[in-house]
Amino acid sequence: MSKTITLAPVTRIEGHAKITIQLDDNNDVIDARFHVNEFRGFEKFTEGRLLWEMPGITSRICGICPASHLLTSAKAGDDILAVEIPETAEKLRRLLTLAQWLQSHALSFFHLSAPDFLLGFDSNPATRNVFGLIAADKEFTKRGIRLRKYGQEIIEILGGRRIHTPWTVPGGVREPLDPTKKDYMLGWIPEAKETVGLALDALKKIHKKYAKEIPEFGNFRSLLVGLVSKDGGLEYYDGLLRIKDGNGNTIADKLDPRKYFEYFGEAVEPWSYLKFPYYKPLDYPDGMYRVGPLARVNICDYIETPMAEAERKVFKALSGNVGVVNNSFYYHYARCIEMLFAVEKIEMLLKDPALLGTNIRAQASVNRPEGVGCTEAPRGVLFHHYKVNKDGVILKANLIIATAQNNIAMNRTVRQIAAHFIDGKKGKITEGILNRVEAGIRCYDPCLSCSTHALGQMPLHIELVSASGEVLDEVQR
Amino acid sequence: MAVITFIIDDEQYSAQEGVTILQVARDNKIHIPTLCYLDGLSTLGACRLCVVEIEGSPKLFPACTTKPTENMVVRTNTEKLKKYRRIIVELLASEGNHQCAVCVVNGHCQLQDLAYEVGLDHVRFPYLFPKKSLDATHKDFVMDRNRCVLCTRCVRVCHEVEGAHVWDISGRGIHCEIIADLNQPWGTSANCTSCGKCVSVCPTGALFEKGASVGEMQKEHDFIKFIVTARNKHEWVHIAPEDE
Repeated sequence: MSKTITLAPVTRIEGHAKITIQLDDNNDVIDARFHVNEFRGFEKFTEGRLLWEMPGITSRICGICPASHLLTSAKAGDDILAVEIPETAEKLRRLLTLAQWLQSHALSFFHLSAPDFLLGFDSNPATRNVFGLIAADKEFTKRGIRLRKYGQEIIEILGGRRIHTPWTVPGGVREPLDPTKKDYMLGWIPEAKETVGLALDALKKIHKKYAKEIPEFGNFRSLLVGLVSKDGGLEYYDGLLRIKDGNGNTIADKLDPRKYFEYFGEAVEPWSYLKFPYYKPLDYPDGMYRVGPLARVNICDYIETPMAEAERKVFKALSGNVGVVNNSFYYHYARCIEMLFAVEKIEMLLKDPALLGTNIRAQASVNRPEGVGCTEAPRGVLFHHYKVNKDGVILKANLIIATAQNNIAMNRTVRQIAAHFIDGKKGKITEGILNRVEAGIRCYDPCLSCSTHALGQMPLHIELVSASGEVLDEVQR
Repeated sequence: MAVITFIIDDEQYSAQEGVTILQVARDNKIHIPTLCYLDGLSTLGACRLCVVEIEGSPKLFPACTTKPTENMVVRTNTEKLKKYRRIIVELLASEGNHQCAVCVVNGHCQLQDLAYEVGLDHVRFPYLFPKKSLDATHKDFVMDRNRCVLCTRCVRVCHEVEGAHVWDISGRGIHCEIIADLNQPWGTSANCTSCGKCVSVCPTGALFEKGASVGEMQKEHDFIKFIVTARNKHEWVHIAPEDE
């Protein structure tokens, strides 16, 4: 008799989801699915609104990465206005992007995933959270929270508020940087570098501690997609798309992100509100690809800042004789490398006198009927595509979110972890197993409110269901 | 002109015959909330935010159009008035599509200020989510009917001050809408002088400058009084709102 195990809701992720695990008659895992049960409808209700309002509206998709939507939407607006934004505006936007990476990555690592690493996957779930972490290692946790605070403070200094600032607009940004705040931001750099160093140290210990388990945490070959700079460096704000396969071969390079729809399609499954983007030449589901830190650090040829570049080389060594690191657990490692890069690059930008310019906004009316914005959000490459009428009224909006692009891979990860850790014959799921399945999802730091442009909150629930629909076992948080 | 004496909120006031309760109240720093009223434009009494109680009558009277009489006893801030004013703002909120968080006048909106003033922490009436149109055909300005409260300040300022009479109201009741040139796209209006007075007097984000993003649109509501005073009296005196 086959059975289904359901985990709902999945905890310590950004959004609302459940996981089901299907067992066959022999109680072996035959399938596992990551269901996203949020629905929001931003693409529909923004129709009829004005282009200039879109950054403000779409940033409301998310409270963690509003800056990413803000930036990407503004870039789509730049494209429609057909303007090249002033140098200062671009550098300020770059600073915002890095601050966004830093705060979001710090949240993912310290607040959401570190409880598993430092307290253990099998530790008491009641304390396996950021509060338990504070109790266990107050200084480490405090440093992590302060690192996130640093990212948030930069966003606030630039945009006037930490969450949902409307500071980035089509044509540039709204306000120049207050020069009196520059030294304050620079003053954080030594502490921030040190904190990322602590995170990397902690993570490397985890790599040793869980050396046997890590190979089962979403270890498979897939395409890796992201932006790289014109000369192949790690990119976060602009650049061209590069696609590598799971063997490290570059199968596409220098693709114009404005033509994303030529390369990527979106499949739909009846059991999830989250779409399944795929690489068109390989079709669905073989066109599975991963985006985000793991993809970015894998596909780039170099990182322009020295400490992050040194760490990237260590990371690449993990790939052995395969050209890329395919294990999803190393998302965490790549995320820490990106935090290091963000801190170093923020320091570089803050020392650039062009950052203090006051020519920050290009004015133009609608010059193209459609435009695409593309940036690297913390979780991966993000596309906003708008079609407008001659007055700038949105006729159609399409948003392709990083988390959605990881959807096929997240499902694969859940399936792999479930197959490895769940013994259907016992008919009983331990809490630690449940947590490992969730931790597989957390590698991707999914943001479901973003990826469905959807609604919801998030607790966790697993069901073991027989083929006849009988609930054999259930775990609820 | 005769002087009359009457009571507002237990205090005795004297005023020239013919002025309104609202004018006397403002001259004496007594706050009465308003929405459709704007100094310099004709009064309409449409929004009913400025309603007051007058002793001896069970009805409520709009302070902007009601003239005091000798020994009249007026109350401006009773529990009954607070309740009615809150209901009015709730109805406005439920009738339109007011999304403050992403609105161009967020933080500078008179409807939002009123909502704070009347303590509008939630709306008890079902939202109607009406399908309203947005007219972005004008080269400089946008009319978003989703955010319109039908105060008709735009209609009056265009007719009375600019003299262009671009704006009118079409429809009836809840289906009323502000239209340009007898319902033509604003951008094709032969009458519009693009002076922007309608945009400046609009209390909400219904009229705004094209290109404005969230919270970026700030309006100068008080300059109409300056223009009208200058025109009628040949006195170019700017009266700051706080000195009124």
